[in-house]
Amino acid sequence: MKKAVLVCILFAALQAFGAVQRFPTPDFESAYRLPQTQTPPPRGDLYEYIDTAVLVAALGLASWLALGLRSRRGIFALMLFCLAYFGFWRKGCVCPIGAIQNVTESLIRPDYAVPLTVAVFFVLPLVFALLYGRVFCAAVCPLGAIQDAVVLRPARVPRAVAEALSLLPHVVLGLAILLVLNGGGYLICRLDPFVAFFRLGGAAVMLISGGVVLLIGTVVARPYCRFFCPYGVLLGWASLVSRRHLTITPDDCVNCRLCEDACPFGAILPANEGNPAADRGVGRRAARHALTLPLVIAVFVLAGGAAGRALSPANRSVRLDRQIAAEDFGAAEPADESRAFRAGGTPREELREEVRRVQFGFVRGGRLLGAYLGLVIGLKLIRLAGSRRRDEYEPDRARCLSCGRCFEYCPREHLKRRGGTAIPVRQHENST
Amino acid sequence: MDAKPNDAAPDRRDFLRTCARWAALAFIGWAGGRQLLRRRARVSGSWCRADCADCASADGCGLGAAPRLPRVSRLDAVWQLDPAKCIQCGRCATNCVLAQSAVKCFHTHAMCGYCKLCFGYFQPDAAELSSAGENQLCPTGAIRRKFIEDPYYEYTIDNDLCIGCGKCVKGCNTFGNGSLYLQVRHDLCLNCNECSIARNCPADAFTRLPADRPYMLKGS
Repeated sequence: MKKAVLVCILFAALQAFGAVQRFPTPDFESAYRLPQTQTPPPRGDLYEYIDTAVLVAALGLASWLALGLRSRRGIFALMLFCLAYFGFWRKGCVCPIGAIQNVTESLIRPDYAVPLTVAVFFVLPLVFALLYGRVFCAAVCPLGAIQDAVVLRPARVPRAVAEALSLLPHVVLGLAILLVLNGGGYLICRLDPFVAFFRLGGAAVMLISGGVVLLIGTVVARPYCRFFCPYGVLLGWASLVSRRHLTITPDDCVNCRLCEDACPFGAILPANEGNPAADRGVGRRAARHALTLPLVIAVFVLAGGAAGRALSPANRSVRLDRQIAAEDFGAAEPADESRAFRAGGTPREELREEVRRVQFGFVRGGRLLGAYLGLVIGLKLIRLAGSRRRDEYEPDRARCLSCGRCFEYCPREHLKRRGGTAIPVRQHENST
Repeated sequence: MDAKPNDAAPDRRDFLRTCARWAALAFIGWAGGRQLLRRRARVSGSWCRADCADCASADGCGLGAAPRLPRVSRLDAVWQLDPAKCIQCGRCATNCVLAQSAVKCFHTHAMCGYCKLCFGYFQPDAAELSSAGENQLCPTGAIRRKFIEDPYYEYTIDNDLCIGCGKCVKGCNTFGNGSLYLQVRHDLCLNCNECSIARNCPADAFTRLPADRPYMLKGS
């Protein structure tokens, strides 16, 4: 026993002086040469430049196809190309959706810098959305493309359900940022349903969940884009104020409603002329929602703080602290994590301090997230109180993915393509 | 949106939109330009982790005192694991998104003792020091043992067979020189945005390195 302890101490001492070799490298008498350790380099700069160039070209082409040429077929072809390139060839990493996390991380961690490519991937679709709407979603995003390719029999999601579900992207965005800021990992990447498809392999859970999303996607068009994608929130904001945006009709709207039926995403705002009921009581309802807004925010701040604390085990240190506490109590078997921590020699108090800091960060972040969600819900209620008057069918700029299905069905578009606007249309005519 | 003749007058909505758009574009341009114009301190191949206020080498990093760190780097970042932190738990073999892990065993021959009895190669209770399968520690037989001269043997890793389980690394680290260690091979690594092994690493041994120094080799 004594001997074993001695040997252990000896080994520990040797470990401490890493340079000391227990068995010195021999001096060979034969002409033996030491092999070199192979260090294959990463895929290098070239691919990054190609990726960026393809992204710029695809975004530009998508803008032209959606706004200039107005060709759904062209958009679809570009979409398939981008699915093949960014999805299956480049394996779907890194994408602008996930880049939200990298950009957030670089803001708080001094030892992490966003690679330029990732920054460009994050910013460029936003810039294009500011100029031309969500053309990135239409034809460039591989996650959108794989869903768009399986839209077989899109059903209309009831408005109330769609509005409620469209809050989810805000939750995902807020949670993802909250987790990155507090060392909780990359939520968006973990919840990416399609990356296993792009890599043609992966954990069974990922493949099954991706398959389920695609299956749902045959009847609920692009469920991930509409009801989950956190980057879509940012793109929606940018698209709201875009310089130009895809229009449904090339000239005048005949209020035929064909576009509304053609849009599988419920992203078309119908004309509501001659429907005075839509205007009655709008002001009163909106004012009531505006008055309750602070209350909604306050409730969400309180709930957010509690939720933040509950989320703190997403951080490695919090999990480690709990594991060690459970082991000390005798309630858990020793785990690799605690073994590594004890071998590392970091004082337990330091870990406790770290955990306190992290938990404070989670509670504070949770409250901020709550305030944000309260604001989003409140503003949505105010907006839903009534709509302003519209004479024409218009794309809902925040939601429209610029896929081009609507103008493909627009009778005015077909007339124009046949080379004339021969049939005169009286303004604001209701044709049924 | 093309202006219709009947609403040719300046529209409040359009005006607000234009303002918001220019504000957003200006913000992107300002933030992006600011980050691109800064230079990031690089210390010994890794990005500077020091807080410049209490950094001893503030003068040594070539950027003078208190360099402001940019948040964008021209270089890509790649995942790598620190052999000094690795505890050889074996999760690298199973947690990679690839069917066969991108983590492989590396061997720095300059540190190797060329032992006849290699603790990374043989089972602790090996019946004899031969390359018979039952004596080997490696579950896939990925280590090749070659006689060089008495009493020295060379050990090399067959990368096609190695699954990155780290069993040999554990043996070599516990009883030998520690010349065997795990590293992410970058010709295999997909460089996922969040490394699936890093997330599950119990020792927090994974970090991101700049792409021009992508390895943490022992003995160099």
